[in-house]
Amino acid sequence: MTEDIKTLTTRLAEEPSSLAFLDLGEALRRRGQLEAAYKVARGGISRYPSLAEAHDLLGRILGDQGDLAGAFDAWAEALRFDPMRIGALKGIAFLYFKAGDVPAALEHLRRAAEIDPDDPTIGQAIERVRRAVAPDSSPGGGSVSEAPAEAPAVDLPKAHSVPVQNGQVEQGVMLVDSKGLRLNGTLLSPTHDDVGDRVAAELAGVSREATRTSRLLGLGTWEAIAVESPEGNLYLVAPTPDTMLLTVRDSSLPMARLGLIAERAARHARAWLESHG
Amino acid sequence: MSEAEAALEQVTQVPGVRGSLLISGGDGLVVAERLMDGVDGRAVAALAASLVQRLDRATNRAGMRAPTFVHLRGNSGSVLAAPGRSDLILVAVAAAEANLGLARVQMLDAVGRLA
Repeated sequence: MTEDIKTLTTRLAEEPSSLAFLDLGEALRRRGQLEAAYKVARGGISRYPSLAEAHDLLGRILGDQGDLAGAFDAWAEALRFDPMRIGALKGIAFLYFKAGDVPAALEHLRRAAEIDPDDPTIGQAIERVRRAVAPDSSPGGGSVSEAPAEAPAVDLPKAHSVPVQNGQVEQGVMLVDSKGLRLNGTLLSPTHDDVGDRVAAELAGVSREATRTSRLLGLGTWEAIAVESPEGNLYLVAPTPDTMLLTVRDSSLPMARLGLIAERAARHARAWLESHG
Repeated sequence: MSEAEAALEQVTQVPGVRGSLLISGGDGLVVAERLMDGVDGRAVAALAASLVQRLDRATNRAGMRAPTFVHLRGNSGSVLAAPGRSDLILVAVAAAEANLGLARVQMLDAVGRLA
């Protein structure tokens, strides 16, 4: 149990009526302790049945558990109490998108954009949904429900995501073990080939090289490798000592932001590794 | 001042940069260097060349062209590398508090000026 979870558990035990359950539930969810997170969220909702934030939290937990119908209900409940709850709007948009109902997905994302026009992830999600349904965006001409797509900026484990195929490497997230074997995720080349295994094989050597370089040059423990290429930017982090997470985005995305995305993906990857370990 | 010396001068003026080198990417040998005391130029050159080669192969497998800039970040400092023409790589060693944005811009500018 990490220190923050211990602290939050103590706080909640000392003050059961506090809102510490929100932070505790989220911390447990991020660590992949979904059953415990679910119990904490349910306990909180029983005390605060009209708190939109609590229902939003429950939606995220159920989404991570794969209970999409339950997640939908929780987010709908969150919106009933707070129609401007952006997390719930994005969550429901993702579920509509997964179900192939693009107009409903776009409607929820547009509502989110109206509430917070400064949130760039919403605009990106709208763009991804639009591209996924554009007639020439899918090489096989498949329908929306067939098209591989990433969640429109909803906070679900990215390690399960598949990149949008839009003519270039727009996005790819891949988790690799120390032997160069792919654990999860997908990486597509600019020509839509699945290059995940080939790249994964090279990354084992990169990890060893980074470790050696950092140690011998007194850089401490290596934390990240950022690589710029004309076709895209790559960002490598090590969620655990034995794994590497590669995140690839279009080169138009600033590297510092790609770093933030990669760090978030690494947190999801750690939770995924713990739940599948 | 030669082109190489000018490039190294441009990079080492960035706050927090502890030294810069021009190395041969193929064999990891030092072509020119400007380093603070305590920085082993030959080790930096060999390690940076090897890392860039690995990343070059990884981007190649991903169907992308060779890297134009590489940044290895450790919790106590960074190594930056800007591959240029003729198999040359401009490398910088930076402290944790260095202005990395400025270092990147100066390195890309400097490596672009090299023939």
